[in-house]
Amino acid sequence: MDDILSVKNLKKYFPSPNGLVKAVDDVSFSVKRGTTMGLVGESGCGKSTTGRCVLRLSGGLTGGQVLFQNQDLYKLSKKALRALRPKLQIIFQDPFSSLSPRLTVGELMKEAVREHRIVPAGELEHHIDKIMENCGLKTSYKSRYPHEFSGGQRQRICIARALALNPDFVLCDEPVSALDVSIQAQIVNLLQKLQQEYGLTYLFISHDLSVVEHICDTVAVMYLGKIVEYAPTKALFDKPLHPYTQALFSAIPVPDPNHKLQRILLQGNIPSPIDPPSGCRFHPRCPHAMDICSRVVPVLAKVDADHTCACHLYHQVREASKE
Amino acid sequence: MNKQQIRSYTKLLERQRRKTNVPERCYRTQMKDTGNAVEFDNLQVQFFTDNGIVKSVDGVSFCVPTGKVVGVVGESGCGKSVTSLALMQLLQRPQGQIVGGEIRLNLQDKAYDIAKTPEAVMRQLRGSAVSMIFQEPMTALNPVFTVGRQIEEVISFHDRRYATAQEIKNRTLELLELVGIPNPQGVYGMYPHQLSGGMRQRVMIAIAIACNPRLVVADEPTTALDVTIQAQILELLASLRDKLGTAILLITHDLGVVAGIADLVVVMYAGRVVEQGTVQEILSCPAHPYTIGLLASKPVVGKKTDSLFSIPGSVPDPVNLPKHCYFHSRCSHATQACTGEYPAEIQLSPTHKVSCYKENTHG
Repeated sequence: MDDILSVKNLKKYFPSPNGLVKAVDDVSFSVKRGTTMGLVGESGCGKSTTGRCVLRLSGGLTGGQVLFQNQDLYKLSKKALRALRPKLQIIFQDPFSSLSPRLTVGELMKEAVREHRIVPAGELEHHIDKIMENCGLKTSYKSRYPHEFSGGQRQRICIARALALNPDFVLCDEPVSALDVSIQAQIVNLLQKLQQEYGLTYLFISHDLSVVEHICDTVAVMYLGKIVEYAPTKALFDKPLHPYTQALFSAIPVPDPNHKLQRILLQGNIPSPIDPPSGCRFHPRCPHAMDICSRVVPVLAKVDADHTCACHLYHQVREASKE
Repeated sequence: MNKQQIRSYTKLLERQRRKTNVPERCYRTQMKDTGNAVEFDNLQVQFFTDNGIVKSVDGVSFCVPTGKVVGVVGESGCGKSVTSLALMQLLQRPQGQIVGGEIRLNLQDKAYDIAKTPEAVMRQLRGSAVSMIFQEPMTALNPVFTVGRQIEEVISFHDRRYATAQEIKNRTLELLELVGIPNPQGVYGMYPHQLSGGMRQRVMIAIAIACNPRLVVADEPTTALDVTIQAQILELLASLRDKLGTAILLITHDLGVVAGIADLVVVMYAGRVVEQGTVQEILSCPAHPYTIGLLASKPVVGKKTDSLFSIPGSVPDPVNLPKHCYFHSRCSHATQACTGEYPAEIQLSPTHKVSCYKENTHG
């Protein structure tokens, strides 16, 4: 399988009156065609910024590259980028603010399809009808306005709108966070069904670890602008290595009263990304912090076959076993 | 009712609400069980809108025992928040009105019916006998006052034991320490925007427990927070219940949160309680198809499934609710009987109650 998307040393700093906000700092990963990669972390860890940078939606980069189908997105001309846009689509978190209230559902969907000439004018209606049916929407909804729908229905409209352009890659930025549990399940199932039918690749950004485990093939855990652990979903959930990942997983509430939580309670909050801690960015909150952690920045390196983790705990052990 | 009638009816209700000098005997009542902090008895809350009457809460009955955590779960729009707002008398008036039933609040030596308590008396109760933690710590705190001042306000208004400014300040610092704020002296003088979400929620909790209320209503206290911070806040709430013996009414949509902290669970759907019981009963052997569906639709870490169970359809329109069971159109167990009257509550065990015909036929 080839990599549809690869991100290399992505850096995105935002200027602020108090100094540079290092929202994303040296992040690299790649996504294989037809798979789903999850990006998890707490708010402010840079997962949404990473997503936006991947789609070139937030201006220039501070450093690094984004390769989509082996083309550097940030080196493309305006015209070439525009031609590529239909292939890269996004579904936003809030289905209430991402649909224009002044356009009918049909118009919302047709707009981009017409603009990019995805299908001949004569087939437009038929194309939209087909997509809507596939997303579980009645074709009669085309003449209605977004405010007439519930959150779940609106999210279906957002998905249908993205899908109408025949994309290869869809960025899902917290697509189910704003929805109720029973509706969440419907949308997650729909996303999985569509992935199989259309061979889509997803980058799934979420803070809900149980949804991520359900839908993703690989998962990257972010903390304060850096990826701290990156592994196939099963390996990561079976055996989380990084102390932050362990704490994050232990905090997930489980709907089972017999399940006694072995909670690893983290002290304090995420530090400011303007002046991140030296060395490992997690060291002030880490229960296993060592001397070296405050001095040397750990690199993301292999621990197991395809399990990578940025933590001195493992790399020291590896060095020791070599000797 | 047409629009004109609705307006005149709300005017009538408002006039009753605004009455002053109501004698105490009008709202004094008896607790059914003195071990309860609050009892909801057949509570009915309606919103009078231009599109019709919305029965937000339609005959809800449950109790919160002293020193216990009761979790109310349900999807948005099921009336769980409205139930808690009715208890605080914070409903959006004049549209939102308590039209029937009782909310009996235990005040140790006496009990008041909140549904009839006049506004002036309610002011004395809010913050001292019963207080509330809101979902959004960002919007619930006043941005132009320091944290210390906002906590002090509650103490100086309700608690006569702290008379001088210094005493009140000491008590405030004590509270800040109690809710686990690392440097109380510093935070005392800070404004809400200088604190993170988790810290602000701790301040909210400090305000809520300032006067040792018998009951704290926590309306989605952790929904706006990250998982690791959520774990911290839940831990704090559980420790406060143990330390202070406060009853907590926890409103949430997350069954995982309920499992971690609650003693009793109430499941609501479209304004009614469909099932209630102990955490063990509800989560280990749920009886109502809605509860079963809710539990099955949430992916659980460590349990791999190909496709998630999803409850088909959506919640019925609250203006035109059907005469039969509200869950009927989405229920996979629906039978002929389900199109009849709304199912009555059936007792499965001393604590476990469910409103469903499915259980009726078994028993």
